[in-house]
Amino acid sequence: MKAELLAAINEARRGRKPVAVVTDIKSGAQRLVAREAAEAGSALEKAFRFDKSGLEGDEFIAIHNPPLRLVMIGAVLIAQSVIPIAQACGYDVTVIDPRGAFATGARFPGVTLLADWPQDVLPGLGLDARTGFMALTHDPKIDDPALHLALKSQVFYIGALGSKKTQGARRERLLAAGFDEVALARICGPIGLNIGAMGAAEIAISVMAEMTKALRLGLP
Amino acid sequence: MDILQTAQDWKAKGKGVALATVVETWGSAPQPVGSQLVVDGDGHFEGAVSGGCVEGEVISQAQELIAKGGHTLLEFGVADETAWRVGLACGGRIKIFVEAVS
Repeated sequence: MKAELLAAINEARRGRKPVAVVTDIKSGAQRLVAREAAEAGSALEKAFRFDKSGLEGDEFIAIHNPPLRLVMIGAVLIAQSVIPIAQACGYDVTVIDPRGAFATGARFPGVTLLADWPQDVLPGLGLDARTGFMALTHDPKIDDPALHLALKSQVFYIGALGSKKTQGARRERLLAAGFDEVALARICGPIGLNIGAMGAAEIAISVMAEMTKALRLGLP
Repeated sequence: MDILQTAQDWKAKGKGVALATVVETWGSAPQPVGSQLVVDGDGHFEGAVSGGCVEGEVISQAQELIAKGGHTLLEFGVADETAWRVGLACGGRIKIFVEAVS
């Protein structure tokens, strides 16, 4: 491997840019491929999606995906239940809630906790294709601006808590804000797979299952 | 331990550096495909390509490559002579790509 290639891989990783190093194991020839350059449905694109390095004929595809990240809007009970599962699955977790009484270190140890309005801090986080996003407050004045930013980003999952009625009202607001059906189809709401979950812990399982499905299989 | 960053840092310090990468596994293998090991010219290493079973052989091959440049593909299993010597106790087989950083 050339030192320049090594430096380029490390620079991409520092910048949270998903890249693959493709090596011809016979000739030793190597090239760096950005995720966006991988054709949809190709072996390379699948390797990125499933985060799985491997041999394709004589070519070894080494996937360098940034670490998974979960951004949650709302320092609420569901968030508290989701966090340990998300962390066990390898996510770095950030919780954002402008309500100081909710966003306390005592309630949320071991995560990045931001007691700020989402629209003030989300742009600085760099929402990318290795980030999942959940809006959990039920409060449109906190959730909506955050959803706007999530919809404009490449996050692989957008979950929004709330009943069918809440979802309907949110849908109308987002349409009025200029988002189209394609954009709205990215929102998983009511959040979570329908497994008949009762209570926060079971809802957390259904939410994590839905986000995992989006990560590994893509959205339907 | 960040193997690729370590490789870059060691190289920047003027050391000879080689990388070993698990490219294929069969059966039970202790380290998944993509696992890496970085070696310097003195045989210092970080990372793992097995449970410690074949590292010695990989490091010695890596040092040869540091001296002469290039790359090689190593295969370890239970059925061959090399494996008998360095041994993969788990009964799996692994293929490892070793390359000098130039």
